[in-house]
Amino acid sequence: MGIALIVIIVVVIVAVVAVVAIYNGLVRRRNQVDNAWSQIDVQLKRRHDLIPNLVEAVKGYMEFEKETLTQVVNARAAAVSAAPQGPEAQAQAENLLTGALRQLFAVVENYPDLKANQNVMALQEELTSTENKISFARQFYNDSVMTYNVTIQQFPSTIIAGMFNFRERQFFRGEEADREVPKVDLT
Amino acid sequence: MYEQIARNKRASWLLMATLVVILLLLGYVIGVAWSGSTDAGLGTLGLFGVIAIVWSVVGYYSGAGIVLAVSGAREVTRDQAPQLWNVIEEMTLASGLPMPRVYVVDDPAANAFATGRDPRHAAVAVTSGLLAMMNRDELQGVLAHEMSHVGNYDIRFATLVGVLVGMIALVCDLFLRMGFFGFGGRSRDSSGAGGVFLLIGIVLAVLAPLGAAIVQFAVSRRRELLADASAVRLTRNPAGLASALEKIAADERPLHHANRATAHLYIANPLRKKKVRESAGLFDTHPPIAERIAILRAIEHGGAAPAGV
Repeated sequence: MGIALIVIIVVVIVAVVAVVAIYNGLVRRRNQVDNAWSQIDVQLKRRHDLIPNLVEAVKGYMEFEKETLTQVVNARAAAVSAAPQGPEAQAQAENLLTGALRQLFAVVENYPDLKANQNVMALQEELTSTENKISFARQFYNDSVMTYNVTIQQFPSTIIAGMFNFRERQFFRGEEADREVPKVDLT
Repeated sequence: MYEQIARNKRASWLLMATLVVILLLLGYVIGVAWSGSTDAGLGTLGLFGVIAIVWSVVGYYSGAGIVLAVSGAREVTRDQAPQLWNVIEEMTLASGLPMPRVYVVDDPAANAFATGRDPRHAAVAVTSGLLAMMNRDELQGVLAHEMSHVGNYDIRFATLVGVLVGMIALVCDLFLRMGFFGFGGRSRDSSGAGGVFLLIGIVLAVLAPLGAAIVQFAVSRRRELLADASAVRLTRNPAGLASALEKIAADERPLHHANRATAHLYIANPLRKKKVRESAGLFDTHPPIAERIAILRAIEHGGAAPAGV
């Protein structure tokens, strides 16, 4: 009886430890996904906060570019109000804002005084960095979702995921993904 | 690219294990050679193991501070270097790593390194020359490479390999000195096995430090390639790092604050650069910069990395 009992006890302990380890791994990956998502929001908010400063700084120089400025201001307002309307509306509004900002920076290139202004330069660096941070945060969100989803689909973690109701997450699809040109091989 | 990272990791751990085996083998051979009994051999083997652990722990906690002090790095705040700070922050977002401490080394040569015992206690340092020379994309590539060293635990790895190699060198040195002055008398009254082991010990003591150094540099070269690959995974922009490396390769000024002990930490060998070679020598801490650029350019143009990397 001794040996059989010991074998059973060892098997049970190993099984319990494995389940706990897999469960904890799933929780950790899910939290990473949630955290990555909130990082995107942090950066979007930061962009909204920076834009009024930029508009204020360039307004005096850009008498003839009122339209570009108005576009940025409106796009920002739309993005702020779209935030509570769900990810899809938010993504659309934020993409419009990205476009408006790009246009503004392109116009700034035509004003040497403006380009040399320390304040504008600092704001431009901040906004460029925020744009990068938004796309890096999205990229990391997608990386995290991929790792998490793969873990949920793989054996044996798929059993634990099913038992404790871990659901797959959606990838973020930005405008970049839609615009990507398929490679054409003409040889 | 993911396979490349996995392959590099395996190779690194294999090299690390080789170092440990060399050290323990040395302990055994020296012990037997000294006393003529295998029990004493196991005793010194254990002793070396314990010393290696203690030494590693000390290096683990104090290594980063020493490296930063030796390199003449000064810590900077967000306000002092806003763009540098921003670019590093972008990389923390891309990698999910915590923000490291940021340092600048006042030196016109373009270079950068990362140190610290783990991602939570990491420091990234760049030279003022690098900041002056690089555009935003290139700076991003360099810092992605450094943050990859942090994320891949290369900073801890470099410390531990450095400790093992240093210890092997010290042990061999001690053994050779003692062999000539200390236990000449002992080996005469011991059994024949002691004499044979003494001979083996002397051969090992001569070859081991050399072998350990070769292993250390091989690890270092592997880790550089891995960090390049990981950097591309973070920025999705191989051109930035490639063009940064081209600028660094063209810059011929040596870095004044670097020495042989810290050279392997930098993004490109700071001691260089008399000649550009096609392949890495056994005693190089970095792969040839031309090879690294070629790999990055190949990734940029949609191909896989060239074979053999």
